[in-house]
Amino acid sequence: MAEQLRLAKAVLSVQFARRVEELSGQSPYRCYQCGKCGAGCPFADSMDLLPNQVLRLVQLGDEKVLEAGAPWSCASCLACEVRCPRGVDIAKVMEAVRLLALRKGRSPVALGKVPGERLPQIAVVGISRKMTP
Amino acid sequence: MNSILYYPGCGVADQARSMETAARGALGALGWEMEEMERWNCCGTVYSLATDDLMRHVGPARILARVQDAGHEHLLTLCSMCYSTLKRSERFLTEERDRLDRVNAFLDDEPDYTGGVRVVHLLELVRDEIGYEAVEEAVQRPLSGLKVSPYYGCTLTRPRAVGVDDPERPRVLEDLLLALGAEPVSSPQGVECCGAYLTASAPEVARRRAGAIARAAARGGADLMVTSCPLCQYNLDTRQGEAPGASAHAVPSLYFTQLLALALGADPAVDEQVIDPRPVLAARGLAVEVKA
Repeated sequence: MAEQLRLAKAVLSVQFARRVEELSGQSPYRCYQCGKCGAGCPFADSMDLLPNQVLRLVQLGDEKVLEAGAPWSCASCLACEVRCPRGVDIAKVMEAVRLLALRKGRSPVALGKVPGERLPQIAVVGISRKMTP
Repeated sequence: MNSILYYPGCGVADQARSMETAARGALGALGWEMEEMERWNCCGTVYSLATDDLMRHVGPARILARVQDAGHEHLLTLCSMCYSTLKRSERFLTEERDRLDRVNAFLDDEPDYTGGVRVVHLLELVRDEIGYEAVEEAVQRPLSGLKVSPYYGCTLTRPRAVGVDDPERPRVLEDLLLALGAEPVSSPQGVECCGAYLTASAPEVARRRAGAIARAAARGGADLMVTSCPLCQYNLDTRQGEAPGASAHAVPSLYFTQLLALALGADPAVDEQVIDPRPVLAARGLAVEVKA
């Protein structure tokens, strides 16, 4: 029993979970892993982790979540937010994970490489705000 | 003539000009005038979802401060993203005094924003102020027989506290279409995101989304889709048109303001589009011309 407790302690970084909670204003521990967010997510097919799995890693305090691709496939469309039976605003958790990665200098896009063609300004301002530090 | 202060935003002021031209004409026919606010800036397009990112609220705060300074209580938007970003920022800043004080201190050169500006989407103005009955009476060219699939996207209805209608079962576009004499064809994809700004970082995702949305509309028998956001319109038109094999079943899309203008006898300002809406309109006896 004691052994199990020690193992759990080694994995959990309560501090990291708290940081996400502080940035998002959402308690990750409200999530009971029903998967409804991912079931209705229009971008789940391009995510390496489903939204509830992102939340699971946050619950476990696993900083590996900062290397996941899923938060960058999230368009903050809030479909999950209006459907979550536990009232978790998952888009805010995704935003917190993105910001923590960005603040460590990890950015998934280079704005200079985004083709300018006739992209609407909304799209360019949108990704610069969501995907660059 | 009634008048309302109006915030265009970056999309409407540039590639989505047709949305505005059509809105001006349609509102004119309903006895309303849009008065563009002076010295507006970008709202930031996307609302910051973080608790500590106060800087992202400076753009909206500057706009709201100027609206208040000009003595207005209401601010009209056409673009759903501007609507949501401005309205959510207004709530975020006025919810806690400290946030507002800090942003006001930063905006040293502007009058302080004290709260209370109501951001209004054009669909709300039409539904709640003008009323569908008045719209119905003003119709000159009923859109009879035209089957239209409402596409709501995200920011018009989500989150619930800010949206203009129920986020899961909205009907504001359906009701407007009925008033115009058209036949609304609700789609299961009508509230699912088009890919939004991912169109810049992952265009293939936006192509896939636009394709799925168009196929769902086509399965319902829709002639065209109707949007309330320049970014939705871009994805549903340009990105749908780029998808492999799209042309055979492509479903054109127009702004709701364009259908409103068309029915009210104003200029629908139909531009050159990737997926030309003119053939389906002509097939329903609603021929329109594209301006040179």
